Amino acid sequence: MKYSYFPGCSANTTGKSFTVSTSYVAEKIGVELVEIPDWNCCGTSAAALTSPELAVALPARSLAISERELPGLDVVAPCAGCYRSLKTSVAFARESEDNRTLIKKIINAPYEAKADVLTLLEVFATDEAREAIAAKVQRKLRCLKVACYYGCAMVRPADVCECDNVEDPMEMDDLMALIGAEPVDWAFKTECCGAAQQMTIPVQAKPMIERIFQNAQANGADCIVTSCPLCMLNLDMREAEINKARVARGEEPFDIPCYYFTELIGLAFGAGPDEVGIDIHFHPAKNLLLQRELDALELEEAENIARAEEERKKAEIAAKIAAKKAEKAAKEKAAQEAAAQAATQPEEGKEAAE
Amino acid sequence: MRSIDLSGISDASVQACEEIAKDAGVNLKDCYQCGKCTAGCPLADSMDLMPREVIRYLQLGAIDVVLDAKTPWICAQCVVCSSRCPQNVDICSAMRAVRLASKHAGKRPLPEADIFDDEFIANVRVHGVSNEQYLAAAYNLKSLHFMQDMGNATRMLKRGMVGVSMHNTKGRANVAALVDRALEADAARRAQSDEDKGGDE
Ligand code: SF4
Ligand code: SF4
Repeated sequence: MKYSYFPGCSANTTGKSFTVSTSYVAEKIGVELVEIPDWNCCGTSAAALTSPELAVALPARSLAISERELPGLDVVAPCAGCYRSLKTSVAFARESEDNRTLIKKIINAPYEAKADVLTLLEVFATDEAREAIAAKVQRKLRCLKVACYYGCAMVRPADVCECDNVEDPMEMDDLMALIGAEPVDWAFKTECCGAAQQMTIPVQAKPMIERIFQNAQANGADCIVTSCPLCMLNLDMREAEINKARVARGEEPFDIPCYYFTELIGLAFGAGPDEVGIDIHFHPAKNLLLQRELDALELEEAENIARAEEERKKAEIAAKIAAKKAEKAAKEKAAQEAAAQAATQPEEGKEAAE
Repeated sequence: MRSIDLSGISDASVQACEEIAKDAGVNLKDCYQCGKCTAGCPLADSMDLMPREVIRYLQLGAIDVVLDAKTPWICAQCVVCSSRCPQNVDICSAMRAVRLASKHAGKRPLPEADIFDDEFIANVRVHGVSNEQYLAAAYNLKSLHFMQDMGNATRMLKRGMVGVSMHNTKGRANVAALVDRALEADAARRAQSDEDKGGDE
């Protein structure tokens, strides 16, 4: 399991926890991520909203370097925004020779769009990776009710992202179930977090985040699990602003921590929260984990007691059955003997009479 | 949707709308105005034209209404509309195409959105990567929202998310040249299409 790795601009800054937890998990399960030498920004929606040529060329430079330096390896882009930009560029290049010629001219390098682009979820959801994850789990994250949040850029446009379940993807839910957490069914899995509009039109875009929290809460989730550093930043960092506004309106503030799916897998592998970056979240994120760890232990204890009680009952009933059986056998034996005796007695009587 | 006088719509205006549709890969006749795009749009509440209306005005050839609208600039490019359209109209691409046409026409119905993207690309041109702290600072300065997210900047600083030694693309001169070549190709394509249009007339 070896891949070419496109970290993206947030990898060392706002997305640090994602990077740290990703390498933690990847190393444990034998996924090798080789960073593309001298990669550059994918351009994200800003490039697409500036020029179509720029939007396909910026990702193509890094993809061309990967093709030359890391031939044969598919490219994994953890950030959903990067993923969509890279994937769009590949789709454009694969469309026609003319398109490839245009790209090569702009990036001034050879490029044939050989490698596929993958999300981290795709990398961790292969059968091989899932088996490796299952084998490494030391502590199941039981009792933790998670709302898996995919955002838009990983699934839409469906033809570019090759996604067949745009409204209700399941890869992250399945991974969370694999480590013992409880994914909830909810309606906002692929709603937009607002992306850059949270900076440009914050007043209009803020409700997008609030609705995501609301729906997660309404469906019984303890927390939201993400797979994109921008979604994470918009949710985790802005929860405080949203809560401030809610309190001012006389509404209950949310208390919903957000995690990267890789952080939770790391915890299930036995990592401490600080080892996978949970210490630098904005919204307090450790207490919920501690509480659910305690809940899981209590649940386990209760289950053990229930199991022991079940065993005891079973043994008790089995003993009663055995006793009944023995009693029945003894009775039958006695009856047989009595019958046998009765059969011989008349003879004796006759003899005596003679 | 307001009523408009269709007699005031010129051929050039109709053609400009068709150009936008072509850039977006959209056949305007496909839209039967069901409104499903608008129903799912997470930002419709804040838009001056509903996504459905943008398509409607394009159908009618009302180019000025479309180019002056804030909607394409408010759009977050989330693709919900295109993904749910029963007629496979790529509304999200249409929003992008309208926005680019509006930008090239020198209009800025929502300056913040335009400043953000320009600063983003300028930043990438210089560093090869998007340096979030420079971007936020430049954006705040140019959009005159000096204090926006300043509290968050402090919180990021505390967490070592900004201010650390960050990745700069070594070949950033390459990236700058790439950006320039891409924008030249973009300008050449537009000039060509203007010329073709001129030839038609
Ligand atoms: S969903 Fe499609 S057909 Fe319906 S109004 Fe929107 S663009 Fe038109
Ligand atoms: S892409 Fe734009 S118009 Fe379409 S649903 Fe998203 S925000 Fe609305």
